[in-house]
Amino acid sequence: MPPTAEHKASPSGRTESWFARLNITGLLARQGILVAFVIFMIGFTVANERFLDPDNVMGVIRSSAILGVMALGVTFVVISGNLDLSVGSMMSFSTIVVLDLHDKIGPALAIPAMFAMTLCLGALIGFLVGYLRLNSLIVTLGMLSAIHGLTLTYSGGKNMDIADKEGTWFGVFGQGDAMGIPIPILLFVLLAALLGAVLSKTPFGRKVYAVGGNGVAATFAGIRRARLVFCCYLISSFCVATAGLIQASRSLGSQNTVGQGLELEVLAAVILGGASLMGGAGTIFKTVIGVLILGFIQNGLLLVGLQFYVQYVVTWIIIILAVWLDIAAKRGKLWSPIA
Amino acid sequence: MSEQTPALRLEGIVKTFPGVRALDNVSFSVMPGEVHALMGENGAGKSTLMKVLGGIHQPDAGQIIVGEQPVVMALPLEAKAKGIVFIHQELSLAGELSVAENIYLGELPRKRLGLVDWATLYAQTDAILERLKVGFDARTRVGDLSIANQQMVEIARALTVDAKAVIFDEPTASLTDAEKVVLFDVIASLQAQGVGIIYISHRMEEIFKITDRISVLRDGQFRGTLKTAETTEEDVTQLMIGRKLDLSRAASDHELGDVALEVRDLSCGKLFNDASFTVRYGEVVGFYGLIGAGRTEIAETLFGLRDPSGGHILLDGQETRIQSPADAISKGISLVPEDRKEQGLVLGMNCRDNMTLPQVDDLKAGPFVAEGAEIAIFDQYRDKLDIRTPGWRQIVGNLSGGNQQKIVIGKWLSMRPKVLIVDEPTRGIDVGSKSEIHNLIRELAAQGYAVIVISSEMPEVLHVSDRIIAMYGGRITRTFGADEVTEDSLIQAISGISHAAEPRPQAS
Repeated sequence: MPPTAEHKASPSGRTESWFARLNITGLLARQGILVAFVIFMIGFTVANERFLDPDNVMGVIRSSAILGVMALGVTFVVISGNLDLSVGSMMSFSTIVVLDLHDKIGPALAIPAMFAMTLCLGALIGFLVGYLRLNSLIVTLGMLSAIHGLTLTYSGGKNMDIADKEGTWFGVFGQGDAMGIPIPILLFVLLAALLGAVLSKTPFGRKVYAVGGNGVAATFAGIRRARLVFCCYLISSFCVATAGLIQASRSLGSQNTVGQGLELEVLAAVILGGASLMGGAGTIFKTVIGVLILGFIQNGLLLVGLQFYVQYVVTWIIIILAVWLDIAAKRGKLWSPIA
Repeated sequence: MSEQTPALRLEGIVKTFPGVRALDNVSFSVMPGEVHALMGENGAGKSTLMKVLGGIHQPDAGQIIVGEQPVVMALPLEAKAKGIVFIHQELSLAGELSVAENIYLGELPRKRLGLVDWATLYAQTDAILERLKVGFDARTRVGDLSIANQQMVEIARALTVDAKAVIFDEPTASLTDAEKVVLFDVIASLQAQGVGIIYISHRMEEIFKITDRISVLRDGQFRGTLKTAETTEEDVTQLMIGRKLDLSRAASDHELGDVALEVRDLSCGKLFNDASFTVRYGEVVGFYGLIGAGRTEIAETLFGLRDPSGGHILLDGQETRIQSPADAISKGISLVPEDRKEQGLVLGMNCRDNMTLPQVDDLKAGPFVAEGAEIAIFDQYRDKLDIRTPGWRQIVGNLSGGNQQKIVIGKWLSMRPKVLIVDEPTRGIDVGSKSEIHNLIRELAAQGYAVIVISSEMPEVLHVSDRIIAMYGGRITRTFGADEVTEDSLIQAISGISHAAEPRPQAS
């Protein structure tokens, strides 16, 4: 049997030849998400000419902003090698708290108070996962339920509405625009630029990759791992608070389950973007791409005429697909019996 | 006996990969009852040859002959069926299962209805364990066995077939000296049963102790077969690397400086007790002992990874407490850890980022990492340590073991420490890189660093150290100066013999 592309170029078996890189399964494994995305986009455009309409595109980005802001924070957590499944119910909490406090102490005080309370929740998770070294899946899954209970207790089980919807400037974060750009999009872009720089350019960002890539080696390099994980959860909760602010401001009232289920969509977006669930890989830019892909696909499915509820199924399929391609990219093949 | 047919013969094996001729007309044979060493530096073609033999790669030309029959192995499992068995460096056992289940994994004897026939399973297994003369039985949980005994399970697995040739790939990599003896006994008994053995190792002492012949590969080519009894380490090394290697004792010819590190009565729970020693600037102090003697634990305590339960640490004569690795680093202590893949490197990161990781907080331009300064550091240590990599963007996981180790050493040198601790500096590294790293350690001492080298390899400790501290069971048993150490006294000191039975006062 002659050597095939499967037998990598050097005897060490590590580096691949340019030929091996060109093969179709390899390409699909590496760029599968983008390929799938292009196919989806073409399909949707053919099925419904309104899909690429500027209004529709702006609408998709705008409605993706809340999810996107949350995904930015979760990207830090995932790259540091942990999970955050609590962001959905934490967002409900932020939304309800800021709406309630709005009428009690006014928006100017309600916003910082809500941020402080949400950051406390993030700090608690960060303490449990970072300093006590508990498994992040268990901790944040528990927090998902605990914070949900907290929100219901706080609100007495009722939905929350601002009494005087006409007389407040609070709506600016969700409804306003600056230079023709909706504020939610602006907040998303600004936060993405800021956190993107933090992750890719600062020593802190470098250490996030190191801790996620090999926590033991990071410790041996003098990195204070617990503190770093703690900070990642703080960043995540800050993003959640921002998302809660946008959500509350958009409708000036909210159900107390508004963020329910978002944690999985956020995770889907982060993984779609290519962050590894094992930690150590991913970027803010890729997460933004992941958020947009998810938003456009969900919007496209609606325009094609699928029922809203089908989205849950589709989201799940997309997560599975993303995880599969993530693994496939690592082994350079779509399927392999070992590793 | 010499008229026998070989147990296994390779003839004119050629294997090319795009751009590389990995194996170029390689021929050699192993006789029944012979231990035949296969040596060569990393990248010489040993692994490729073994993969061809194991059916993972197909040769482009040449023949594999088992007994008198040419064989073609299209699949990995066929090699075992043909009587060629591999004992790999990395063990592949299920820790929660019994010895018997591991040995017959995938081919457990069955009763009707598909139930496991436990009686037969245990009887067959005990029969094999009998041949190996091991001290555990078929029902033992594999996870409870020592690494050496787990290796015995791997060997036992090999004996379930009628093995013609058994290939050992670096079998002693994670064994203590005492465990090696057991392994060598087993190899001798396989030999006595007429099995041909191919023994791959970097360790010369072992090769000269147990093998009959030595074949050497270099750059994919067969460089010759030597009779072990008629050759020397120097000859073999020269054949392997194409030049001579200086392995003489290399005690300092430079003046030693002040005491950099002094440790008094340092203890850490049950791990080690009352350790007292000093290291001077410009000095290499070697720590020698068995695995578990407490050497690594002392290093980890000095580096702030463990809390001492008692004792004092003095840096430059000042008493100090070291609370964390970050603290140790800021006080000028660096540790090149024992396990470079688990502890030393973030394998998925590039060379530059790995090298500057401990100091990334200090390399700032405004709020951002100063990448230019990082690249300058990388370039400096790449040249200084002769790290062979296409560039700083190269992912560390793609480098060879020797180059990976140099990245770790570069990482800690670039911190300009006072005290450099190097734990097992050459584990799993080929001979050429090994001597480069030894020379480097000597050079660092000459430049005034205080260096502690922890090693399980006696030639290494003897070669690089000015003084050698021997440990046994968590205690320092003896300290040897450069001219008073002999191999015998060193072995006694690390096996606890001199501790109890040698009343003569220690030279100091």
